[in-house]
Amino acid sequence: MRNLMEVSSLDKDLLQEKDRQLKLEELLTKYQNTPGALIPVLQQAQEIYGYLSPELIRTISSRLRIPASRTYGVATFYSQFHLQPRGRHIIKVCQGTACHVRGGSKVMEALKSYLGVGAGETTADLKFTLETVACLGACGLAPVMMINDQTEGQLTPAKALQKIKSCD
Amino acid sequence: MRSLMEACCQLCNHTPATPCSKYLLCRTEGPLCHDNDQCRQQRQRFIREVILPDNSRSQIIVCGGTGCSSSGSANLVDLLNQEISKHGLGDVVQVKRTSCHGFCENGPILHIKPAGVFYTKVKPEDIKELVTSHLINGRIVERLLYQDNSGTVYPYFWDIPFYAGQTRLILRNCGQINPESIADYVAVGGYRSLVKVLQQMSPDEVIEEVTLSGLRGRGGAGFPTGRKWASARKAPGEIKYIICNADEGDPGAFMDRSLLEGDPHAVLEGMLIAGYAVGSTRGYIYCRAEYPLAIQRLKIAIGQAREAGLLGSNILNSGFAFDIVLKEGAGAFVCGEGTALQASIEGLRGMPRVKPPRSTEKGLWEKPTVLNNVETLANIPFLMQMGGTAYGQLGTAKSPGTKIFALSGAVTNPGLVEVPMGLTLREIIFGIGGGIRDGKGFKAVQLGGPSGGCLTEQHLDLPVDFDSLAGAGATIGSGGMVVMAEDTCMVDVARFFLAFTQSESCGKCTPCREGTKRMLEILERICQGEAELKDLEDLERLCRVVKSTSLCGLGQACPNPVISTLKYFRSEFLAHIIEKRCPAGVCSSLVKYSIAANCRGCGLCRKNCPVGAIEGERQQPHTIAEDKCIKCGVCLAQCKFGAVLRL
Ligand SMILES: Cc1cc2nc3c(=O)[nH]c(=O)nc-3n(C[C@H](O)[C@H](O)[C@H](O)COP(=O)(O)O)c2cc1C
Ligand code: SF4
Ligand code: SF4
Ligand code: FES
Ligand code: FES
Repeated sequence: MRNLMEVSSLDKDLLQEKDRQLKLEELLTKYQNTPGALIPVLQQAQEIYGYLSPELIRTISSRLRIPASRTYGVATFYSQFHLQPRGRHIIKVCQGTACHVRGGSKVMEALKSYLGVGAGETTADLKFTLETVACLGACGLAPVMMINDQTEGQLTPAKALQKIKSCD
Repeated sequence: MRSLMEACCQLCNHTPATPCSKYLLCRTEGPLCHDNDQCRQQRQRFIREVILPDNSRSQIIVCGGTGCSSSGSANLVDLLNQEISKHGLGDVVQVKRTSCHGFCENGPILHIKPAGVFYTKVKPEDIKELVTSHLINGRIVERLLYQDNSGTVYPYFWDIPFYAGQTRLILRNCGQINPESIADYVAVGGYRSLVKVLQQMSPDEVIEEVTLSGLRGRGGAGFPTGRKWASARKAPGEIKYIICNADEGDPGAFMDRSLLEGDPHAVLEGMLIAGYAVGSTRGYIYCRAEYPLAIQRLKIAIGQAREAGLLGSNILNSGFAFDIVLKEGAGAFVCGEGTALQASIEGLRGMPRVKPPRSTEKGLWEKPTVLNNVETLANIPFLMQMGGTAYGQLGTAKSPGTKIFALSGAVTNPGLVEVPMGLTLREIIFGIGGGIRDGKGFKAVQLGGPSGGCLTEQHLDLPVDFDSLAGAGATIGSGGMVVMAEDTCMVDVARFFLAFTQSESCGKCTPCREGTKRMLEILERICQGEAELKDLEDLERLCRVVKSTSLCGLGQACPNPVISTLKYFRSEFLAHIIEKRCPAGVCSSLVKYSIAANCRGCGLCRKNCPVGAIEGERQQPHTIAEDKCIKCGVCLAQCKFGAVLRL
């Protein structure tokens, strides 16, 4: 096999695409005949592709023999599913009660103002996606946000911005 | 034998594959199929690693919960191990990572057993001193001990007021055992209730015991667990399901998360017992995706239980078969509601349906289903061990047992608090919680999340149980307890909850879908100072209509936070409406920050403003650009000369 470092970026994209297709195929084969599989399939397909594109939704629907309208119905119902590409870093700012009463909304305001996007939006350079969540279950550390899988607690607007700025 | 869960030697004829009914007893109490000194020693060694009965060795527990990890506990384990081996203490000191101790704000936490010395806010640079001073010279490092507001220092775990006031029965293993090791759970007596149930009790006797205990579901409604199990057992049908509701959607609640992360096997054991009692062979755990660590721990626990023969067929040679599937939620609050949760497992939009039929008759895939909350299920092994009658003596007559509360907000010691039912709000908030932080005044406590309400000073002596709060307009719900100080705007709190339920309404029924939208609009107008008195009337009418006509608990309960704040804090609503003023200085449309002429131009506010809204030369009065300002109040808090004004 060729060294990945030598592969041109175009080839690399192709390889990645191929890899994704293989994974999707494996996923669809595994769940093809399982009742109630739609949500786990959407979850795992989203993990492979990062978001649920119209083509992806069509492929899943036809393979699971579910009308695309129902797949869309499910994909738009749950907040976990995304129909648009998302940023490299996902910031989830907790807006739960405990965080709210300890200044969570100010943290959100500061991030919005710094990134120039609203809740649920992605920056134009695809670097950050800013989201809100109802509670991260770390209320003792309120206000809290999550950057990718890392929980950051006891935030102030300034501390939150500092965390964002240190993301590469 | 590498762990307590493996055969001790070749003479053993009990393995998970060829189960012996005494398999688990043998692990913890003694070799039964043959008696052998070597086996006994091995067993004792493994148990000792978990429980430490003597003082000759010590164990350093590093809290590995989400809170302590986020404040940097992960590398403490390595550092400790390095120091310990450097001093050749490896044989007498063992380092162990567990899950949350419920005291996260003071993390990272180190707990040294068996002495019980409890260190808080431990930093990597403290480790050297800890090892030389505490472990080698036997001197406690005082500056790392917990200190309360009055300056009293507490060396030992159980003396800290936060813990001293608690009765940790269901949380007993959280923070004490390694949640990723089934052997740890077995060493502290885990799965013994399952053994007892399978060997000595009929399903009806199990249900009888649960009924006798009076246990009521911890998921919010307080439905008697025994009765739920009995009706599912009676329901006709070969296939039945047990579902563990681990959706925990209430903002401000995290007890289920801690149980799942800290003691996942207890939840599995509860499900197994429920399965045996009801006659079910399949369980589902529906866990919210926002809890990645809980999901990971559950996966590990399920795998280990299967490997040990505690899930699968012919469990402990009893003929009972049960297995568990883990389902990840996809982010919808309404999916915590039983029928919506079942729809979601079936792969549909998680919309509630009309009841009856109850789930115990027609639940998941139309089969009889028992849906129980995580904490309810975690109570089961404890209850079976103790016996229904004895369990019923805990707590109050109508709400037996203990309840775990997630204490958060403006309280000095936020965290997980387990107390017998019936303690008063004051004992919890001011005793265990240490009162209001930063010397502020108490204003309200919000209980029961979006389906609960706010209570005030006058309610502080009410006992907390399923029934006594109802009269005052709150419920204990799932156990969220958010404390609010004088600087909280109650109109904003009402708006906050409505915004939450409005966005989480599934939209199936009109009163909830349209009603919450209109209610939210009114509350937003009030917060912006654009409402009239007529709006208040409309709001109250909408509360009544939505409450009485919605299909599911979400719509039926969502007016509660509004109703209770209107009842106890009406003057604050009126101040917003009539005077266009937010007394607490929170509602951003009604407050404005500016800098007065006595500004010395020290630049502190400019440096700390998160959005760069402040301008000014050094030593010259500064100004705030109103269009940029997000009203965070940082400048006001920072200014040492009182030059920042909130208007
Ligand atoms: C909108 C809504 C959300 C709910 N969310 C949860 C939840 O997250 N966890 C939970 O255990 N119960 C939740 N419940 C309550 C469940 O419907 C159900 O009563 C409970 O899981 C039963 O378990 P228990 O008998 O052990 O309390 C919710 C109810 C409603 C109406
Ligand atoms: S009350 Fe609300 S959440 Fe419940 S069914 Fe109606 S619209 Fe859906
Ligand atoms: S209130 Fe906050 S955003 Fe506004 S000027 Fe002060 S520090 Fe800056
Ligand atoms: S309210 Fe923010 S973590 Fe719970
Ligand atoms: S995470 Fe350590 S105490 Fe909660």
